[in-house]
Amino acid sequence: MRKNSRLPNLRNVGILLRILLIANILAMLNALLLSTNVTQFLTQFTELSAAVEPILILSLVCLFAVNPILAQLQYWQGILLIILIEIALTAAGFTIFNQYFSPDVGTSVSRACLLTTIVTGIVLFYFNLQQRAYSPAIAEARLQALQARIRPHFLFNSINAVLSLIRSQPKRAETALEDMADLFRVLMADNRDLVPLAQEIALCRQYLSIEKLRLEERLIVNWQIEQMPPDALIPPLILQPLLENAVYHGIEPLAEGGEINIHIFSKKHELAIIISNPYLRDKANHQGNKMALRNIKERLLLHYDLEASLQTKVTDNRYEVQIRLPSQ
Amino acid sequence: MNTIKIIIADDEAPARNRLRDLLGDIAHVDIVAEAHNGKEAVDLAMQHAADLLLLDIRMPVMDGIEAAQHLQKLDPKPNIIFTTAYDTYAIRAFDLSAIDYLLKPIRLERLKTAINKVHALKPAQIKALQPLQNIRSHLSIHERGRIILLPIDEIIYFRAEQKYTTVRTIEREYLLEESLTQLETEFSERLLRLHRNCLVAKQFIRGFEKRSMVNEQDQSETQWVALLKGIPETIAISRRQQHLIKEI
Repeated sequence: MRKNSRLPNLRNVGILLRILLIANILAMLNALLLSTNVTQFLTQFTELSAAVEPILILSLVCLFAVNPILAQLQYWQGILLIILIEIALTAAGFTIFNQYFSPDVGTSVSRACLLTTIVTGIVLFYFNLQQRAYSPAIAEARLQALQARIRPHFLFNSINAVLSLIRSQPKRAETALEDMADLFRVLMADNRDLVPLAQEIALCRQYLSIEKLRLEERLIVNWQIEQMPPDALIPPLILQPLLENAVYHGIEPLAEGGEINIHIFSKKHELAIIISNPYLRDKANHQGNKMALRNIKERLLLHYDLEASLQTKVTDNRYEVQIRLPSQ
Repeated sequence: MNTIKIIIADDEAPARNRLRDLLGDIAHVDIVAEAHNGKEAVDLAMQHAADLLLLDIRMPVMDGIEAAQHLQKLDPKPNIIFTTAYDTYAIRAFDLSAIDYLLKPIRLERLKTAINKVHALKPAQIKALQPLQNIRSHLSIHERGRIILLPIDEIIYFRAEQKYTTVRTIEREYLLEESLTQLETEFSERLLRLHRNCLVAKQFIRGFEKRSMVNEQDQSETQWVALLKGIPETIAISRRQQHLIKEI
């Protein structure tokens, strides 16, 4: 996440996709205004596309290339540079286009340049607004508000479990309280910065050992993390709330308990986290579950924009959550 | 003073241990049994003629709220105190209708007070439990002074008789004092009304067959019937419900 520049990160897939989308919508609007029926609209749009798309693609490539330079400029300098690049590309593009293809279309180079400037302006204005909505201050405030909240159910049941150990097994009670202290220290910490994956895993193990105290042999956890890059950075508390969900919805409703599988691996430049637990169709009550998932989704969005994803699915009586993030 | 016979019901061993420890510090109480879920609690309450049940709300197999409702069919009705770590929805309902409950972790003094002032649930309180109730996991059948708990997923069909409803499982038939309409709304996901007087569990339908039957006027006519898993009986499908065959 870049914090200094108010210009969008032009090397982010999400941003580039948005630019393509906005430019094409504007082109479509233009075609719509110039036409009276569907056939005319289609012809208009095709002609316009033939001229616009190459320039658009070329623009994205250029912007991708100059992104490091833009990051060092002032905001207004950056804007100016982008508009100049766009005008230059349009001028070059239309000159060649008019020469080779249809000189009688009649779009003068200067008119094309003006339109390009307007479109560029609109796109930049959109990103300015978007940046404001997600401005570091607001994003941070939201991250703070989104900090994973532990289920009160878990807190009180755990305290109850520890209390039950004090008379009979004081040593185990000590360890359990220490684990709880660690867990709550992380939960109450400032959780805006990314943490190494190994650290999150350690936290999850502590959390699960507390749950194990209550659920005993009903809770079985399979870790499949040999292929995991322990130093990969992830937003904190992405994994723990998912395990809490898996325990609450998948294990607790089963008298004989069940298995939670955790599979983490990296592939190319991507980190995949897959968590699955038994799924009970009859007792599906996923209200609370949705809240935790929405929370994690939103945090992924704030950290990675469109480059991370969270998906859930149900397969042969198991519920599965899949997270993919760019590994850094 | 008589000893109060208590049953503890909680799926988590530490929670049961904690209650056992606390009850050990209270005079004139005796833990006669410990249950891991609501179903065990109902069975054990019958066996031991318990005076008081400490029921956790969230338990597998059968939750505390459902267990409390089945226990109402016992005579005399045992007293009930609910226990929960956190359940805003239930607690609000309990407060509104003065149902006894304890919040975990439970304090000794609170437990003492609750045991001393406990009373059987009044009709209004039982009614207040209804909205907290999810779809039941079991039906309770009253038979010769006992309660039989029948898991819903073992029921093949319900058939309305004149006054009662017959419930069929693989082993045998039971009589139930609930109407088909009531059962149909509660278990709509699992049941199909194949006939005006019959609700059949979808999971027990093996297939459909066309059979020729002799009707009241001694004429032979063909009729669709549903074949069932596990029992040789068939269920006639009324003409009006025949569209269901295509839907399955």
